[in-house]
Order: sequence, then C-alpha cells, then structure tokens
Amino acid sequence: MEPVDPALEDIEVELFVRALRQRHGYDFSQYAPASLKRRVRQLARAHGTGTISALTGRLLHEPEFVFEVLEGLSVPVSDMFRDPPVFRALRDRVLPVLASWPYIDIWQAGCANGQEVWSLAILLEEAGLYERCRIHATDFNAAALARAREGIYPAREAQAWSRNYLEAGGRHSLSDYYSARYEFIKLDPRLRRNVSFANHNLVTDKVFCEAQLVLCRNVLIYFSNPLQERVLALFRDSLARGGFLCLGQRESLDFAPSAADFSTVDADLRLYRRNALPPTDHAH
Amino acid sequence: MRIEAIVIGCSAGGLDALKPLLRGLEPPLSQAIVVCSHSGDQALGLLPSLLARHCRLPVREARERFPVEPGMVHVAPPGYHLLIERDRRFALSVDEPVHYSRPSIDVLFESAAETYGARLAGVMLTGASADGAEGLACIRRGGGLAIVQDPAEAPAPAMPQAALARAGADHCLPLARIAPLLNQWTHRDG
Repeated sequence: MEPVDPALEDIEVELFVRALRQRHGYDFSQYAPASLKRRVRQLARAHGTGTISALTGRLLHEPEFVFEVLEGLSVPVSDMFRDPPVFRALRDRVLPVLASWPYIDIWQAGCANGQEVWSLAILLEEAGLYERCRIHATDFNAAALARAREGIYPAREAQAWSRNYLEAGGRHSLSDYYSARYEFIKLDPRLRRNVSFANHNLVTDKVFCEAQLVLCRNVLIYFSNPLQERVLALFRDSLARGGFLCLGQRESLDFAPSAADFSTVDADLRLYRRNALPPTDHAH
Repeated sequence: MRIEAIVIGCSAGGLDALKPLLRGLEPPLSQAIVVCSHSGDQALGLLPSLLARHCRLPVREARERFPVEPGMVHVAPPGYHLLIERDRRFALSVDEPVHYSRPSIDVLFESAAETYGARLAGVMLTGASADGAEGLACIRRGGGLAIVQDPAEAPAPAMPQAALARAGADHCLPLARIAPLLNQWTHRDG
C-alpha cells in the first residue's frame, strides 16, 4: 500500500469499525487502537483493496465477507503448553484444589485454534480429574472454533510442543496423544469428550457458567482499559468463590478496578483466585 | 522540534552495541528510550538487568498499559510485539512474528511514528535481519529522525544496510558517536 497519512487512516479505521458493528453486530470499538489498526491495514493489504475504505465497502456490500474480516481480526497464534511454568503451576497447585469440587467447570475464553484446550485436556487426564470436568472452549470466530475442535496442527510444531509438555511436567510423551500423518498431527479425539466448543463474544456476551477455573491468556492485552475491566468483571461473576483465573504472563491488571476482587496466587504467572467475599460494587 | 522519544532496534550483536550506547547517555535525559532487540538474551527476558549494569538511566521491561516515561529505558518483553498507543502508553500483542521476530522492530517503530510524528528518533543498530527498515521509513515519513549505525563497523551489517536502502538516514554514524548526538537533544533547561 502507498504511504497514508496516519490521521486519515484513523478516520478510515473508525468507519470500518462502525460498519462492522452496525452491519454485523461485532463491536471492536474498545479494542486497543494500535494493534487493531495494524490488523485492519493487513486485511486491506491481504485483500488487495488498497485502502481501508475500500475494505469497508466490501464489508458493507458482501454479506459473506464479514467472516474473512473476523478471521483477520482474531488472534490465531498459540502453542500447546505455551509458557510451560504456567501449565506446571496449574498441574501442581491448581488441580489439587480443583479436585475438592465434585464437578469442575473450566472456561477457556478466547480459545482461538484450541492448542491450549487440548493441553488442558491432557493435563486433566493425567491428573485423573478429566471425568469430572467440563471444558467450555469459546471464541467469537467460528472458523477458529472449528479448527480448535478438529485438533489438527502442522507437524513442524510437534517438537517444540513436546518440549513444552515435558517442561510443564508431562508424565508421558506428547506423541502418545496425537497421530502424525503427512505434514500434520491430529490430537486424539477422545481428549475432547468433555469439551464443548461454543461461540461467545467477550465484548457483548454474558455469564453462562459457574467455573472453578477461567483461562484467558493474551486476549485482554488487545482490549482498552474499560473493556478489560468489563471482561474481568465477567470472569469474576463466572467464577465460583475461590475459583482460579489464569491470564497471560505479561498482562497487567493495575488499571482494572475489578482486580480488587481477586487475590494473587502467583504474580509472575498471572495466576489469581476469586476472593470469597461478595463482589464489590464499582458503580459508586 | 523537541524529540520526545527515541526508539532503538537491533538483533545479532545487539547487546554489545546497546551497552556502550546506553553507557554514553547522560542523565537526566528528557526523552524516553524504547529498545527492541531480538538477541538471545532477549528471549530469556534478561535484557533489562543486563543493560541496567551499563546504564545510568533506570532500565525496565515495558509493561502494557503503563506510560512511556521520559528519562527511562524501556525494553520490549520477550515473545510479544511492543506498541505505543496515542496516549503514550505501552500495548502488547501476540500477533504473528514479523520477519520471523516477535518483538518486531517494525511494529514498534510504526506505532511510535504514528504517536510521536516529528518528535521521534529511530536508531537502527547492528543486526542480521530486514526488520526495522520499514519502521524507520515510517518514522521519516512522519517527520521523525533516522539514525543508522554505519554498516561498515556493524558486526552484522544486514540490518543497517536494509534500513539505509529502504529509508535512508538523517545520520549514519559509528556507534561511538550516537550517544553524544542523543545527549545533545536533552533540554536541560527543563
């Protein structure tokens, strides 16, 4: 694309976001602007529309185009057992506490292509807890949800993921859980027997379960402060008292009032617990 | 025009270039320094503590949502792109790597250019990648200054060369002359 005046592009992004909301009901107005702009610009480049305004035109006039846009605006990048110390802490410190609940509901919010869902299922299987668990894997991007459910990933990732798995305290070999064919690995479908994949948009949708553990890693970093606060309150209201929240390792809750409703289990790993006290009312 | 922020990019050999550069900076500095490096130490998250030993300015890992502070050296955390929002606060992303790198210099420089415009300087040091060239071009388009380490003395000349080819530079200097230039910009009169 030709160099564009940043201020002009700001207007174009604003109109694009408005079109997406008014025409299709997806609200990105409270996303952190710098990353959003970068992605919208990439979409325009990928679809050869030249300008963001031309992209907005397609979004308004071609009903199916919205799915490609959502695909371009969601975050598909992750790894199995990404940040192994986090999964080790889940295994060693969180699951033993979860074991005291008769049924365990886990919400993986913003599951994208599902690498962490499958990691979690393996973790629970090895802890002997999986039969008592239900994992709710949600995302706003239907295409990503379908890929998450399939559990097929490029074989070139397997080596790094196996290393992660072992570093996270895995008891077997990651290859016990997948079959390799050609350039791909496919996770054992039995691992998803207690997983439900569902469409849920953190920006607009509400509480749908009472969970003992909510995982949402590297999603809130894309949200501006008010949206981060809304979603954190949503997590609080979705968690049982004493339930756990696990965020991405570089996320900061310093500007979110609802952080007061959580206590820190491990600051470096961004592992928190919902306080036993009733949620405070921030409306005043 | 007063320079408000200085963004620095490097990869291979970057640590050995950053040390003398930062050692040469004289506090108090009125600019914020933001470093994006792809070196191996960066991957372990050790860069801030390694650099702090060679720098009279405070060195911190950049934290999302926190302000870009003048007089401080902020370092991009490993595994994330670092961006600067219009309200002069940091943001992180885990979008795809750019030129196989995350953090990417292009991503930092482009967002900084949009925020600071002509009040920004970009510094490209040694490195074996094309990352940063596009970002430096954005900085110049926005009226900011481009400083490139002389490729002739850079241990890995590919990155400064790519930057010169794509963006050109206002100053192409040996490493030893970069810190004195940056020190000149500080408005010590307050």
